[in-house]
Amino acid sequence: MTNNPQQISLSKKQGKTLFDKIWDAHVVSTIENGPTQLYIDRHFCHEVTSPQAFNGLRERRLKVFRPEKTTMTADHNTPTINQELPVKDPISRNQLDQFAKNAKDFGMPIYYPLGHEKNGVVHIIGPENGFTQPGMTIVCGDSHTSTHGAFGTIAFGIGTSEVEMVLATQCILQTRPKTMRITFNGKLNPGVTSKDLALYMISKLTTGGATGYFVEYAGEAIRNMTMEERMTVCNLSIEMGARGGLIAPDETTFSYVKGREFAPKGEEWDKKLAYWKTLKSDDDAVFDRELEFDASEIQPMITYGTNPGMGMGISDSIPTLDEIDAAGRISFQKSLDYMGFAPGEKLLGKPIDYVFLGSCTNGRIEDFRLFANYVKGKKKADNITAWLVPGSWRVRKQIEEEGLDKILEEAGFAIRQPGCSACLAMNDDKIPAGKYAVSTSNRNFEGRQGPGARTILAGPLVAAATAINGCITKP
Amino acid sequence: MEKFKTITSTIIPLPIENVDTDQIIPARFLKATDKNGFGDNLFADWRYNKDKTPKVDFVLNDPTYTGEILVAGKNFGSGSSREHAAWAIAGYGFKVVVSSFFADIFKNNALNNGILPVVVSPEFLAEIFASVNENPKTTLTVDLLNQTITNNANGKAETFEINAYKKDCLLNGFDDIDYLLSKKELIEKWEKSDANLFK
Ligand code: SF4
Repeated sequence: MTNNPQQISLSKKQGKTLFDKIWDAHVVSTIENGPTQLYIDRHFCHEVTSPQAFNGLRERRLKVFRPEKTTMTADHNTPTINQELPVKDPISRNQLDQFAKNAKDFGMPIYYPLGHEKNGVVHIIGPENGFTQPGMTIVCGDSHTSTHGAFGTIAFGIGTSEVEMVLATQCILQTRPKTMRITFNGKLNPGVTSKDLALYMISKLTTGGATGYFVEYAGEAIRNMTMEERMTVCNLSIEMGARGGLIAPDETTFSYVKGREFAPKGEEWDKKLAYWKTLKSDDDAVFDRELEFDASEIQPMITYGTNPGMGMGISDSIPTLDEIDAAGRISFQKSLDYMGFAPGEKLLGKPIDYVFLGSCTNGRIEDFRLFANYVKGKKKADNITAWLVPGSWRVRKQIEEEGLDKILEEAGFAIRQPGCSACLAMNDDKIPAGKYAVSTSNRNFEGRQGPGARTILAGPLVAAATAINGCITKP
Repeated sequence: MEKFKTITSTIIPLPIENVDTDQIIPARFLKATDKNGFGDNLFADWRYNKDKTPKVDFVLNDPTYTGEILVAGKNFGSGSSREHAAWAIAGYGFKVVVSSFFADIFKNNALNNGILPVVVSPEFLAEIFASVNENPKTTLTVDLLNQTITNNANGKAETFEINAYKKDCLLNGFDDIDYLLSKKELIEKWEKSDANLFK
């Protein structure tokens, strides 16, 4: 076989994956036996993971190398009511003040503080304003940076030392990950959202199942999705350990990007578009791992445990102990003890205390439309405290323009101001200890939504149905 | 950064799988603007009661176990990109974390703060837990230069992987930023070239 000349020339011309194409286009240098020096096109920055990086620059007496390539927004630590008033918590306020000072001291031209019309959760405002464009490398000190992969970008979360590297040099050192393609054949059933698809996938792969890989999502179900739905899928890539996830850009992508403030215009647009159209995996590209799922088999999903991999169809039962391998049993039982659930239990009809609609996973306008559409003409259950938090001021404005706020108000819901909110509960939006929350965010870790909080992850429709019935309900 | 030397130390065992970054350092402690003091809140929700008194059954509160090496169950450090997790581990005094599997971002963050993540086989990990169960004073030796980890209770050793560049960084106490800064000219040249598609 090996001396067949055709074979050799074929393997030489081996096609590239989409990931390879973007990666290769950003290599500045390669260290022998070491990582690659990658150039970063867009850096997003928020108040929690950046102060030590700016301080690092001060200590080394460095400037920010390319200030115009960083977008700064305050989101993690911000209140979602009375944003116009001074922030009450002095430590939070200090962090926000420090963020403002860093923007000023380092001459950062793109800075959206609290209350700014472009302020919002970092992964919502990036695409919204056209910062996120196909073919880019994008980083942020936040693991859900993978969201931007929906546009055909290499986007991943970094630590604060790496934030400092990007600020100082617009480059980062990275080891090339392996590639995986996950194909969703067929169509999603009505009432099944892209969040359900993602939770289904994570439950199959587990939280470490894609560690070391960069994932490309493909197949009919993905192609049929809107940009916002694709963002939800890519957002959750990190929850199965993947470095990131991406989707080849297509007409859906181009028409989303076109006309946005920071998107290319005129001749520049035509040039970029021609390039973007080349951004797909070649037919003969080889992935390190390939997986296929049938999208039509997916039902609305919920999680029952304390990591996003512990998910199941909403009508299913929690696994029993003998379904769990021996090494994992202690952790499994610990997790169920924390949640107050028993092995084998069904969760449909379980009373719930809180419902959270929001976060960079499900805080976009389409999520609010789905939710509003479901609750229209119904009433929120009395036992439910609902926090509806738009991902950005722009989303909130759109909610008002479309009259969704009226529908929601009539059903007993109120809209808050944008921010990460109960997704990580750094602000006052904490679920009290022992209480159950059905949450459209991305992590159900112990204490993620407040010390002792019990989180059940779900999509916006399950959240809506639960808010109306006061218990876990199939939409 | 301090240069990394060979370490022989007793260990703190945490035989729990999927320890995520929200456990290592809960989000409410991320409001600081410097890197100090995170060690006090390492594993805060497992370690302290509501009234801040120590929970007696948590391993960090058990004086039987001390040392510079944390040994944890599979998939350590999953979740958020917060480097505060690495600062908390370093702040508490750990130099090495041993597990059979680490989340990617955590591994990078650890290395960038002079903490060595050592991946061992599931069997080797199970033996460490068994040894320390039998004798809490069990020690491990971690030799970065030769890339070996030894369980001194039974004398068994394993080699571990580390990227040659990162190994060099740790042994010499320099970091990625130093390296990248030395490449400034190259970066400027690259930016001006046709390779840069997003000028
Ligand atoms: S909404 Fe949640 S996951 Fe998204 S950026 Fe904010 S804290 Fe991170």
